[in-house]
Order: sequence, then C-alpha cells, then structure tokens
Amino acid sequence: MFAYRKPLLMTAVSLALLSQAASAEDQFFPITSYRVGPYGANGQSFYGGFVDYLNYVNLKDGGINGVKLVWEECETEYNNAKGVECYERMKAKAKVSTGPIHTMSTGVAYALIDKATEDKIPLAMMGYGRTDAVDGSVFPYAFPLVTTYQMQASAILKFIKDKEKGSLDGKKIVFLYHDSAYGKEPIVALQEEAKLNKFTLIQIPVAHPGNEQSAQWLKIRQENPDYVIFWGWGVMNQTALKAAQKVGFAREKMIGSWWAGSEEDTVPAGDAAKGYMAATWNVAGKDVPLIADIEKVVYGAGKGDLQDKTKLGTILYNRGVSAAVLSVEALRGAQAKYGKGKPVNGEQVRWALENLNITDARLKEIGAVNLLPPIKTSCTNHEGSGMVKIQQWDGAKWVPVSGWIEGNKELIHPLFKTSAQQYAKEKNITPRDCAKES
Amino acid sequence: MRFFLEVLISGLLSGVMYSLVALGFVLIYKASGVFNFAQGAMVYLAALSVVGCMEKGVPLWLAIILAFIIMTLFGIATEKFVLRKLVNQPPITLFMATIGLAFFIEGLAPMVFGSDPRALDIGIVDEPIEAILNSWGMVISKFDLVAAAIAALLVTTLALFFQYTRIGRALRAVADDHQAALSIGIPLQHIWAIVWGVAGFVALVAGMLWGARNGVQFALTFTALKALPVLIIGGFTSVPGAIVGGLIIGASEKLAEIYLPPLMESAFGGNFGGIEGWFPYVLALGFLLIRPEGLFGEKHIDRV
Amino acid sequence: MLYREAGQFKSSYAADQQLFPIRQDRIGVILLLVVAFVVVPMVAGDYWFSAILIPFLIFALAALGLNLLTGYAGQLSLGSAAFMAVGAYAAYNFQLRIDGLPMVLSFALAGLTAAGVGILFGLPSLWIKGFYLAVATLAAQFFIVWCLTKFPWFSNHSSSGVISTQKITFFGYVVASPREKYLLVLTLVTVLALAAKNLVRSSTGRAWMAVRDMDVAAEVIGIRLMPTKLLAFAVSSFYCGVAGALYAFCYLGSVEPDGFSLDMSFRILFMIIIGGMGSILGSFLGAAFILLLPIFLDITLPALAGLLGLPFSNATVSHIQILVFGALIMFFLIVEPHGLARLWQIAKEKLRLWPFPH
Repeated sequence: MFAYRKPLLMTAVSLALLSQAASAEDQFFPITSYRVGPYGANGQSFYGGFVDYLNYVNLKDGGINGVKLVWEECETEYNNAKGVECYERMKAKAKVSTGPIHTMSTGVAYALIDKATEDKIPLAMMGYGRTDAVDGSVFPYAFPLVTTYQMQASAILKFIKDKEKGSLDGKKIVFLYHDSAYGKEPIVALQEEAKLNKFTLIQIPVAHPGNEQSAQWLKIRQENPDYVIFWGWGVMNQTALKAAQKVGFAREKMIGSWWAGSEEDTVPAGDAAKGYMAATWNVAGKDVPLIADIEKVVYGAGKGDLQDKTKLGTILYNRGVSAAVLSVEALRGAQAKYGKGKPVNGEQVRWALENLNITDARLKEIGAVNLLPPIKTSCTNHEGSGMVKIQQWDGAKWVPVSGWIEGNKELIHPLFKTSAQQYAKEKNITPRDCAKES
Repeated sequence: MRFFLEVLISGLLSGVMYSLVALGFVLIYKASGVFNFAQGAMVYLAALSVVGCMEKGVPLWLAIILAFIIMTLFGIATEKFVLRKLVNQPPITLFMATIGLAFFIEGLAPMVFGSDPRALDIGIVDEPIEAILNSWGMVISKFDLVAAAIAALLVTTLALFFQYTRIGRALRAVADDHQAALSIGIPLQHIWAIVWGVAGFVALVAGMLWGARNGVQFALTFTALKALPVLIIGGFTSVPGAIVGGLIIGASEKLAEIYLPPLMESAFGGNFGGIEGWFPYVLALGFLLIRPEGLFGEKHIDRV
Repeated sequence: MLYREAGQFKSSYAADQQLFPIRQDRIGVILLLVVAFVVVPMVAGDYWFSAILIPFLIFALAALGLNLLTGYAGQLSLGSAAFMAVGAYAAYNFQLRIDGLPMVLSFALAGLTAAGVGILFGLPSLWIKGFYLAVATLAAQFFIVWCLTKFPWFSNHSSSGVISTQKITFFGYVVASPREKYLLVLTLVTVLALAAKNLVRSSTGRAWMAVRDMDVAAEVIGIRLMPTKLLAFAVSSFYCGVAGALYAFCYLGSVEPDGFSLDMSFRILFMIIIGGMGSILGSFLGAAFILLLPIFLDITLPALAGLLGLPFSNATVSHIQILVFGALIMFFLIVEPHGLARLWQIAKEKLRLWPFPH
C-alpha cells in the first residue's frame, strides 16, 4: 500500500508543477515522441527536425503572428499503451490550444483516433495511420496527410510502369512486407492494381522483427520477379538489403516504402544498399534553403535539438521539418480565419487542416521546396496530395530520381470510401455531409 | 531438389547464428543455474562497444579487445552487485533480475555509444560464392560459411577449455553441484565471474557476426528470441546441444517457411507465411513432449 | 495496537471461515472499496481515469490471472498477453456477430474462450516444467498472435487487422465517459479479485499450492495432476481473457494483434514477481509499481535534469529512464526477493506489536 502511494502523490505534485509552464498566450504543441527502443534512432531524427522547426519559427519570426510556440514531449517508446498515457497526460493542456499531434506510429494513431475525435484534437498521420480516414466525412479529426500506404504503393507501380515503357502486362512483382497492420494495408491496393494492369502479384510476409529473411529471399530468387516492392521497418530493412545481396537480386529492382527509405535504413547495410530505391515526399540534404536556415538560426543560437548534428539534413530529419511546416501552416490558416495573434484550439486547427492549401509558391516562400508536395485538402479528401517522389541510394546519399508521382486516385480512393463506410456502420456514426462543409 | 538443398543449407547456416547466441545462455545456466535473459542485450552491448570504439578512431582489432574488456568488467560487476546478493533465491527471482539487467543494458548502451543503427565491416562480404553459383547454381554465402567456421572454432575451444583446463574442471564441478564444489574449496564467486566473462566473450562473437550481417542496432537484442527454441531442443546445459539445436531449428524453420504456407493456403485460402516467429517454438514444444529435458539435457529425477 | 487480533474470538464456523477473518482487514478492505467506488470517482480527473486507474486495474487483473497460475500453481507462463489477445478478439466478435448480446455476457464468454485456449496450451505442462515450460508457453504467445493476424475473420476482414471496439452498452445505457468505464472495470476487477481470494483458500487452491511446492509429492498424496494443472491454466486464462477484453473495450478502444506482444507478457510477469508471487494483494501492488514507475520517471526526470541544469538531451533522459527502471527492478529483488506483498506482511507484523515491540 505505502509503496505506491508515495510515487502517486509525487506524480500528482509534479503534474501540478508542469502544468503551470505554458501560459494562455502561447500556442501549445503536444508531442508524443519516441527516442528510445527499437526505433529510437528514427524518432530522434524525426522529432529533432520537428522541434527544431518550431524553435526556428520562434527565433526567426517570434512565433506565428506573435504567438509563441511551446511544446511538451512525452516518450511513447513506440508502444500503444504508453502513447495513450502520453496523450491523456497532455490532453488537458491540448484542449486549450493545440497543434496537430504527430505520433509517427500507426498503432498509437489507431488507439488515439476515437479519443481525439471526442476531445476535438486533430491527429496528423502523415503517410501512416488509419488510411481510410482520407474520407473526412467519417473521420473529422484524423488526417492521413500527404500520402497513404495505398496511394504510395500505387505511385510506386506507376513509377515502375514508366520504366517499363508504359505497361506492366505479364510482369511479376513481389510484395515483401512486415507482417503487421502497416505491411498489410497496401495489399488491397496492389491487388486492384494487379487486376487493372495485368501483372502477377506475389505476397511474401516477414515475421516481426524480420532479422532473418533467407527463406523469403531464396523464394524470391526462385520466383525471379521483375521487381520487389518492399514494406519494411526497422531491422527488417537492413536485413532485406543484405539478403538481396546474398542471393544476388539487383537492388535497382527493389523499391521500398517511405518507412524503408532513410539513411538509418541504408547506412548500416553498407554496400548492399547501393542502387536501392524508396518512396519519399521530402528530399534529403542541407541545401534545401529552409534546412540551411534552420542550421544557421537554431543551431547558431545553440538551441538545436539534435544530439548528433550530422543528422541534420537526413531524410527523417527533413521529414520532421516537413511535418512541422505543415502543422505551422495549418495554424496560420486557423489564425487567419479565427483571429490573428491568438492561440487556436483543436476545433479551429481541424478546420484549417481540412481547408489546407499549400501551394508551390508558398513552399518556395518559406524555403521548403521539395520538402512537401503541394497540398490541398477538403472534407472528402484528408490526404490532400497523394504524391511521392522516388529516390535512390547512391552509396552515400539519397538522390531523387523522379518528379512528383501521384497514385491512381480513381482506383484507390473509392477503397477508402468503402472501408470508412463499414467503419461508420460498425460504430453507428452518421457521416457528415461534405457538401455542406466550407 | 536444387532449391530444396539451397534452402536446407541456408537454414543450417542461419541455425549456426542462432547457436552462437544460445551458447551464451548455456554457459551461464550450466555454471550458475541462472536463466540469463540479458544475453540478447549483452550481444547488443558487445557489438555496440566495438562500433562505438571504432567511431572514436580505434582500429578493429583494438576495438575488439576493448569490447572484450568491457564485457568482462560488465560480467564481473553483474556477479558482484546483483547475483552474489541473490544467492539461494528461487530461479525465477534470478531470471527476473536478469530481465532487469537487460533493461539496464538497453538504457545504458545506447546512451554511451549512441542509438543509430550502424554498419560493422569485419572484412567479409555477404555475397554468394561464385564457383558454387556457376557450377551448381546454388547460392551459398561466403559470410555464412565464415560464421559457421567461427562457431565451430568457438565450440571446440570451449569444449577443450571445459575438458582440459583447471578452471574448466572447476566450472564443471560447480555446474554439477554448488555445495559440493564449495566444500572442496572451489571459489564459487570467482568461477561465476569467469563464466560471465566467457559468456560476454561469446556475446561479443555473436554480436559482431550478427552486427556485420544486419547492422549494429537495438534489434540485436531480439536475437535472444531466436535462441530460446534452440535451447529447448539442445537442452539448457549442453554446449554441443546448442549447436545441434541451432542446426535443427535453422533448417526446419526455413524449410517450413517455404513449404508450409502453400499447404495452408490450399487448405484455408488466403495468405499465410511469416511463420518463422512461432514455428521454432511449436517444433521445440513437439520435441519436449518426446524428450522433456532436450536432446542433450541432463535427465532430472524428482524425489519426494 | 491498531492491528491487534487478540480478543477477536470466532464462535462459529462461518466466522472462522470468512474471507477476511481479522476485523482490521475487513475494515481496511471496506474502506478501500469505499474510496475506490465513491471517493475516487468524485475527485479524480480524466487523466487519472484513462491513463492510470483503468490500465492499473486491467493489468492488475491480468497479473492476478498469471499469479494464480505461476504464484499458486507453480506453472511459469510467458504467454499472458496472448491470452489477453484471445479475450479481446473474442469479445469483439461476440459483440459483432450476436446481436444484442449484453456486454457483461460478452466479457464472460471472452474469458471462457480464453480459458479454452489456455487449456489447450496448458497440456504440455503435464510433461514439462520450469523454464522449459516457460519457453513452451512462448509458442502460445507467438502462435496466437500470428493466427489473429492471419485469419481475417477474427478482425472482421479489416485490411489492417486492427479492430475498433463497439460501444459498451448495458441494457441501453451507454458506458462512454472515462469515469463510467472506470466504475465498470472496478466492479469486474473487485468481483474477480474476491473470487480469486476465495478460490485460493478452497481445496482447489490448496491442491494448486501442493503442486507448486512439489508435484510428485502432490501426486503421492492423491492430487490428480492433470485436472489440477489444467484447471489452473483455465482459470488463469479466464482472468487474462477478461483483462484483455477490458483492455480493448475500456482502455485502448482499438487494438491490433501485434499490440499483445511478448513485451506485454513480460510486463505482466514483472508485476507478479515484483508484487509477490502467490499473493492476491501482490498482483495489485506489482501492477501499480510496474505501470506507475515509468510514468513517474518520465515526469520527474526531465524536470530534475532541468532543475540541476544538466545538459541532457531528450534522448538521454529517455535512456536514463529505462536504465533506472532496470536498476530498480534489480534493487527491489535484492532488497525483497519475495516482492512488495512481503513488505506489507512485514509491516503488518510490526503493526501488530506497535507501539510496544517488547
């Protein structure tokens, strides 16, 4: 009895202390991050970029129209239950004013959707999470922005099709995936595409964590496919690249999802990664004007978040910046509608996310060229873009090898609609009428 | 047939990699009756120390020596500060303590050496051997062969060490009966410290091979999961058992991954596969029903 | 002085055999229940309900289930999370497929389903024991999760395998707010905990303990091993299954099979070892310790680092958190290998004499 009352009491005290930190004049960001555990390295880059950009906005412009950005971080360890705890911990503050929450974890995002909808706090799931939330009529507070697994798979196929002179007829494509929610999502889309484009699809799952793949790759060698589309995560990525080398499968014929396309995935695989391609929506490198400016302003002032500065300009760092740019743009939109110079709450940010219009010109203005595709969202389309680039690892860095490629929206989006409607039926949700939204 | 052989051989070679991790478990269990769950974390720590030292500009050979020193010190510290205080506790308490130890390492190692996944180049490329590929059309990796050779060397050395050295004899005596060993004047605590040092060395070898294969990263701790079924089949107390168990698990899991899912698919429809996670455990379970103490384990007789 | 049983005479069998034979214990339990059912719902906020109390109760229930199996019947299991997964998916499917099934019934059925699966995976315990059995239960852990991932029927053909739980209704009354969910969980946990307390002192419980202490000896004195061990697996899995259903319906709201990972099984095992094997109270203490310690460290460490002006990055703080967690587990085991429940017992011994220890 005594043994746990004391920590409880102290928790309560420290909670009380913490909650005084943010003032009502500031714009609050709840950040559910992960920096330790199996995927800690990825989180460190991503959330490093995210926090650095928020700092940058504060240092450079003094916040958004004078509203300073403040944030609180909570470690989820990429664990669903801890993610929920973090969310609940920061909820009280987030109800006053909030930026969109980026969980960078499909599992955590799933666990938060219902809660966030109820609490009116928007979830931004850039390229992950519940993909049928593209249909905003059923999911008002969930935003699978930029791209979804299905649209991404479709875009990768389009890229392959272009390489194969416009036809996939009779080709053989292996889909090698992490056997989890993440890996299974694109299967529907790939099956539809296979019907449409008349190629053979072979699905090969890999059990978590995926540090052993020799059976799978021997099978691939035997099938001898034209391409391997690869949905890996964590150690599975390096293992796959090494195993591909081991069976002599050309890395140039292997295209990964964006979770499998960062320096963290290729560097440990050494030479085996050379020639491997992956989808992305942001380029790497410090030569993006915004990244260079962040280095100057934030790291110049000694306020950088990265422990290891060499990560500046990596794919995941830049992706973190892209997520922050998107969030800040949404806040600007919300302020423009609901009153400049005031912090905005979840409902207002939700409106802004649903009416986002980030054009090329705007991206150029903030120096974020090629960090994001142009995005225009609506009630019926929470994805807003569906475009990715394909990049290739040249042995030392990621080089973009394509322009923006959009997945086959006509084919994929109806799948989301069906799935969202099934969800609405199961949960007794009456979808909003998107025609009446503005 | 060629394909079958190819899968079989690659399975056996993967099995050797599992054996390497399992060896560490066996050593500690044999000498102190502790089921050391932290072995996976020790593999991670060892590989990370090598990479961490190399990043500071130390050459590979020196990094290996430094890592060995780190692992030995770590083993001694574990014995001194944790296990010695838990003597005579039930096995599950000791097991729990090693889980605590695993957490400790998982926090400490990346804090000191950084958590980025990194490449470890030990000079052997993981590529098919050209000659075999050309003449038989089979893929056999140079790296896997080297790993198997290293494992064989390691096991032979350990076997000789156990059989013919003074310390080895003392180790076997302790393994047989703590009390009896103590009563004839074998210093139990020194012996345990040595065993933890040796297990650290095995972890270092395993860590370097696994690290060179998949990159040095947190996921190295998961290698322990591959070692557990090996232990069941080979027995917790047998060094050769760890090797044989590894070969059985490796070969059967790869063959199952290739040949079982199509069977299941024709039976149930849908897409199976990815059975490597559970198959070794179910296989081990099957083994247990026939031989409850593993292939080479000591038969335990209960007396009332 | 305060905790003295002298002078409490039992004049009937009923009085001697009641669940809490000592008056102070009775008062204590009643007070605790009053606090939990009346005071807490009045004062606690949403954060406390959703992030601390509900998961605490659910994990305490799962730990209780494992404790019955491991602490009382002596069968080490590393597959508790998988049985929770069975419970969660079973409850979901009962709700989905049987129209108008009352929620509580669906939880009970989920528990029974888990019990059935538990018996199946308990069969090897007839042949093997100790760590061999522990590793064998890992087969259950991985196999069950794989099955739930692979057969789309379990998740009603959702493309990702994730299930999103239905609304909890009681004869038309919807349990939606964290406070109502807390009360629901609390009621079930109280009932099941008292049932467990009753069970372990019955002949079944005594048979379990005999098997735990030495199964050969137990067999010799006429305890039939097979039904005893299998019953332990069944009851334990029932508790885990109900806990899993509550975990899905009252805590997370949507779960995927991978969420019920080996890691979670380990956490439940920690709870009973830290809390105390073979102790109902210990399951609760252990769950509180294992769940709250990381949260506590998470909140205090960064503040502490800031206060002391240490140049720690966020990653370092997170690493220290794990390190301290591991170190504290070892520390507690060294200080009190029998768990927190033992500390409580020692405290009771002391209180019995206090303030005149001589």
